[in-house]
Amino acid sequence: MQHVAPPFALEIAGLVKRFDRPAVDGLNLNVRSGEFYALLGPNGAGKTTTLRMIAGLLLPDAGSIRVAGIDAPANPVAAKRLMAWISDEPMIYDKLTPREYLEFVAGLWGLAPALAEPRAQELLGWLELVPHAQERCEGFSKGMRQKVALAGALIHEPQLIILDEPLTGLDAGSARQVKTVLRERVRAGGTVIMTTHILEVAERMADRIGVITRGKLIAEGTLEELRHRAGKNATTGGAASDQVSLEDTFLALVAEPAEAA
Amino acid sequence: MIAEPGSVVWFAGHEWRLAWRDWIAILSGGRRKRLRRAVIAMAIFIVFMHFVAYWMVGRYADAAPDKSTLVAITGSVLLSWLLMISQAMESTTRAFYSRSDLDLILASPAAAEKLFAVRIATVALSLAMMALPLAAPFIDILIARGGWRWMGAYGLIVAMGATATALAVGLTVALFRVIGAKRTRFVAQVVAAVIGAAFVIGLQIAAILSYGTISRLSVLQSQTLLAHLPNAGSRVWWPARAALGDGTALLGVLGVGLILLAATIVIVAPRFGAYANTAAGAAASSVVQVRRSTTFRAMSPRHALRRKEWTLLQRDPWLVSQTLMQMLYLIPPAVLLWRSFADGNAAYQLLVPVLVMAAGQLAGGLAWLAISGEDAPDLVASAPVPAGFIMRAKIEAVLGVVAVVFTPLVAVLAIASPWHALVTSVGIVVAAVAATAIQLWFRGQAKRSQFRRRQVSSRLATFAEAFSSIGWAATAAVAAASLPLAIAPGLLAFLAVMGTWLMSPRAQPRHA
Repeated sequence: MQHVAPPFALEIAGLVKRFDRPAVDGLNLNVRSGEFYALLGPNGAGKTTTLRMIAGLLLPDAGSIRVAGIDAPANPVAAKRLMAWISDEPMIYDKLTPREYLEFVAGLWGLAPALAEPRAQELLGWLELVPHAQERCEGFSKGMRQKVALAGALIHEPQLIILDEPLTGLDAGSARQVKTVLRERVRAGGTVIMTTHILEVAERMADRIGVITRGKLIAEGTLEELRHRAGKNATTGGAASDQVSLEDTFLALVAEPAEAA
Repeated sequence: MIAEPGSVVWFAGHEWRLAWRDWIAILSGGRRKRLRRAVIAMAIFIVFMHFVAYWMVGRYADAAPDKSTLVAITGSVLLSWLLMISQAMESTTRAFYSRSDLDLILASPAAAEKLFAVRIATVALSLAMMALPLAAPFIDILIARGGWRWMGAYGLIVAMGATATALAVGLTVALFRVIGAKRTRFVAQVVAAVIGAAFVIGLQIAAILSYGTISRLSVLQSQTLLAHLPNAGSRVWWPARAALGDGTALLGVLGVGLILLAATIVIVAPRFGAYANTAAGAAASSVVQVRRSTTFRAMSPRHALRRKEWTLLQRDPWLVSQTLMQMLYLIPPAVLLWRSFADGNAAYQLLVPVLVMAAGQLAGGLAWLAISGEDAPDLVASAPVPAGFIMRAKIEAVLGVVAVVFTPLVAVLAIASPWHALVTSVGIVVAAVAATAIQLWFRGQAKRSQFRRRQVSSRLATFAEAFSSIGWAATAAVAAASLPLAIAPGLLAFLAVMGTWLMSPRAQPRHA
């Protein structure tokens, strides 16, 4: 029998997380399987908190998170098996080599060596890390560290990849490699949800874009749909709506709730 | 008066402000209420130390400067001074290798050597300031009972801070030039640890070999040693004479100390920036190849976590050097064990508490590294493994290292005295588990490189860990002599650990 992927890789309903004030405030969000979803929002909008709850690093105060149909807070181990998390600050071990790091991650995810080793070799090749595979990570640049972290995230072939500002601080070459690998992953059926402040990345890579502010999703859709919605608010300088940049669209959208308040 | 920007006074003001705020932050943890409590606790500690000092040195206030008094004072001074050198080497290494504001300073048009001169002087000052709260109660009691002549001891502390800094900076710079920036950090840490422990350990080993006891005082008071040392008029005794109030000796010691420090500042401060840049370059360009390239092994998540902890420990000599001090203190018990074993006498009683105490301390340090010093907490937390499972694997990794270190000693002890070995084994397990549990209850999130600061992140955890190790060591010592009598200290140690749990953040009610 052929495995049929669930229609949604991620379903979020009424998600709430409060710290001193509500960081995420009744968020509803669905990401389809095989989709590249970019989550945009100003600083402090609740993007990272949302992603950390999806990854199981924070417990929600209310609401539900389903990963490929699995209730993630109720069944975190099963949900985590399908996911990978990468933050803007690559968290790797300075004293391990990339190869040892991948072996460790494979062990954590319970991958058989026969599966993990060729996969590790393939990822190291894709990310041009083979010449450094036997060097300890302590001397690596941020771009190289982020690539090692990305390889670790992909070694178990996750269905859902959660990335928080993965391109921050990367040079053009490293950023392109990371983008290529992510695109490949989506092409192979994986799902990516990513926050970014680099709007050009969202514009070029995302199938759909969600705009979040004050912990709520205020707009969602393809770039065209968002342009259409923000058309009358955007400072277009007389340009046609299909020529309005995502930056203008984004600024117009996040200005809406502020004006409404 | 506002100092001219870029001047020595201006830099000194800047350093003072940073140091003061850092100190307040360490004491208060950012909370005003905690600062008040910390000040009250310190005041109580100082009063308590005066009672301890009265009991320990009160009867020596009228001591005459005869040879045995001079030897005893010199021994204590030498011990403190070596500890100061050790501390100064650590501070100097940190100054070389930590970038913090160096990029800003070196990129500015200000004369950086003025700042570095201030920083070297600050090391000397902080050494003296650290020694004062510990030494002051003893000096105060000696002044109260023996007169103002003992004020010279305060001057001696200043001289000790100055000479220790001068020597430590000189030694670190020499290492820098001889073995290079890349190796200096590790070697300096090891040298610092060895210098700090060498004197005590040397005296203990001498005492064991000569008198079969671990007490270092037996060596300092021995007639053999006194006969071989210079007479009371020699300048060798100037530091001791300075403490006893001899004005000439005090001026001499202070003069030598301050001249050495000034010379060090003049020579090293202009090159300090270059050393710091070399250190940064060495760190950035370091490529360590791992030759061993085996195929991936089949591992359970638990095995993967244990293996990772052991590999990281094994590859971080800097962290290992931080725990080296504890390991060095195991040398005298090992020598005592060897000697007692050869002689067939029953000195094993002394070994039991030393081993138990060392195990508790080692486990505490390792547990912090494994539990709080996780460099990739998000990776581990996002793995498909229950949280309790992760923690169990880390605890196993810690206890595994403790077992590897202590098993050979206990095994030798078992051949000589099975009963002592049994008590020691139980004591080691209990002390190690208790120290690990305390680190677990007070766990936080930090970088492994912040290992040195772990003791200030939670003073309660630090005190509890020390108290627990001492408590279990005392229990084991009593148990080795008489099992029923060990119930009382054992109960006390257990209550102390339970009390720590009640005060820990993990025992507080959580909000959903």
